[in-house]
Amino acid sequence: MSTQTPETLTGAQIVVRLLERQGIRTLAGIPGGAILPIYDALSKSALIHHVLARHEQGGGFMAQGMARATGTPAVCMASSGPGATNLLTAIADAKLDSIPLVAITGQVPRAMIGTDAFQEVDTYGLSIPITKHNFLVGSAEELLDVVPRAFQIAASGRPGPVLVDIPKDVQNQLVEVGEWPEPGGAAPVPPPAVELVAAAAAMINDAAKPILYLGGGVVHSGASEDAVALAEKAGLPTVMTLMALGAMAVDHPLSLGMLGMHGARCTNLALDECDLLIAVGARFDDRATGKVAGFCPQARIVHIDIDPSELDKIKTAHIGIAGDVRAVLQALLPSIETQRREVWLSRVGSLKEAYPLRMPGIDDPRTPYGLIRAVADCLDDQATITTDVGQHQMWVAQAYPLRRPRQWLTSGGLGTMGFGMPAAIGAALAEPDRTVVCFTGDGSILMNIQELVTAAEEQVNVKIVLMNNSSLGLVFQQQTMFYGERIYASKFKGMPDFVRVAEGFGMAAVDLDQESDPRAALAKALSAPGPMLIHVSIAIDEQVLPMVPPGAANKDMIGG
Amino acid sequence: MNSISRMENQAVARTVLELDVNNHAGVMSHVVGLFSRRAYNVEGILVMPVGSGVTSRIWLLVNEDERLDQMVKQVEKLEDVLAVRRHGAEHEVFVRLEEFFL
Repeated sequence: MSTQTPETLTGAQIVVRLLERQGIRTLAGIPGGAILPIYDALSKSALIHHVLARHEQGGGFMAQGMARATGTPAVCMASSGPGATNLLTAIADAKLDSIPLVAITGQVPRAMIGTDAFQEVDTYGLSIPITKHNFLVGSAEELLDVVPRAFQIAASGRPGPVLVDIPKDVQNQLVEVGEWPEPGGAAPVPPPAVELVAAAAAMINDAAKPILYLGGGVVHSGASEDAVALAEKAGLPTVMTLMALGAMAVDHPLSLGMLGMHGARCTNLALDECDLLIAVGARFDDRATGKVAGFCPQARIVHIDIDPSELDKIKTAHIGIAGDVRAVLQALLPSIETQRREVWLSRVGSLKEAYPLRMPGIDDPRTPYGLIRAVADCLDDQATITTDVGQHQMWVAQAYPLRRPRQWLTSGGLGTMGFGMPAAIGAALAEPDRTVVCFTGDGSILMNIQELVTAAEEQVNVKIVLMNNSSLGLVFQQQTMFYGERIYASKFKGMPDFVRVAEGFGMAAVDLDQESDPRAALAKALSAPGPMLIHVSIAIDEQVLPMVPPGAANKDMIGG
Repeated sequence: MNSISRMENQAVARTVLELDVNNHAGVMSHVVGLFSRRAYNVEGILVMPVGSGVTSRIWLLVNEDERLDQMVKQVEKLEDVLAVRRHGAEHEVFVRLEEFFL
């Protein structure tokens, strides 16, 4: 606590001051009746830039974009009732991907709670299962404890979203503040058990065919360099989950890229042969493992995770180590023997040669893979890449040369269409020097299309690459492959003119379909300052391959 | 519960969980929500404040199945749960209450 001259402040003013003290400089939200006192206080802040979203879900994803790009908690705000319910999807998304988010919602005055008051909803009850923790604030004084704790909880251990619901009368309540609490930061994590680290090192040193399996926890923990160091020292072929892409450069000789449902055949086949799986900050998600009984069937498992409840949740680990993965990797490294591991690496090399990821059309910018590669050719590793959800997301995950942790922002666990564009706005607000590219589809972009005007208003450096196949492509693909080609509710009959839509929202746009030299047009669009929509038509029958059929083992892939 | 006779019920292996929690509205919701979302029935619940009332103790009677370890880990993760202790079904806290449920 730091002591100053006592001031008499409203709950709303306390919230704003605590956010300022927390270091929050940009937040996204939408005002409404029950949060107006906070907005009134916010209007007097010289430090905080409020970004006015056009839908609370958009505001939530903007905050997520900031948090994912920087790794520090970001803030979104909404009013009571529909404002709060509109935020829920963005909060649930943050929960599943372990993103530190602090959501602040207005609530009807305490005396009216439970009366079905106008715009009253049980925000606390609704948010219990999708937050790491939540608060219904009972007095202005409590805010001095709750707000820093919200940030501490969001950032500590396995990060996650925290919701703070503040009744309007609490926002207006006057209290005298003499001492300000310290800003909330991540609490220290206990060091890993020494004997478990030693046992894991011995297991890695003794393995004949080990594989390193990196998850999003490696990115959250800032452990990418240590993970690469472990792989290089022990000679470990390395696979990454969707969330971990960028942790090891995809063109690193030891990288096998993404595993699972849309990984390369060689990746899943190598996993099928491994005798030791070293899982680091990964949670054995079903899209990564396929049928669990068929996942690394011969392997012993070392599982390292900051969340003890992940150990033994899906697969029983032979050695489970609870701890911050960066600290564990650093403890592990000195005991790891340097190995060239020629036999296993040569076997993995021949799998790579025999079963590589096939990317047809990679040289043609009018195909999915070719377009993604053409975009990458215009940018360097400083660019940030966001996606929406669907075929385009998987194509980018497969084909974009990701080389930097936090270069890649995607909705992994919840798989939320509508994530990409507002998340890109948030990333660009947090890191204005970077070019932020959002790959999206014609299905996804319509789910938060209103945020185009926010992007235009803020003049963020966001380039939206819209891959338009006039369908919900992944649904179309699954109906084609697994439902006897009974295409239903996945082909759009009406199609907006997206170039005119973007222009109507105040954003420059280019249609690559109309360009005789698409590469030149792309380079020009990506280097122009400010927001830009780049529209490209994609054939409806393009599929994401190879693919593990739902419920099958990863070694039984179709296509590719 | 109704579909299982009391005799059959006794045959199921039981565990008694003892939780120390912060005492405020909402804590019970957090705890039981973890069970209900997994369709894991809680057979018995008891809650009373402890001492000054800053904390409460929750006693849960649950069937043992292979998800129990994971359940306990999830309960331990809740911010308002201060400690979790596991007891065998022989723990007398629910036994002594049986006369109220005849």
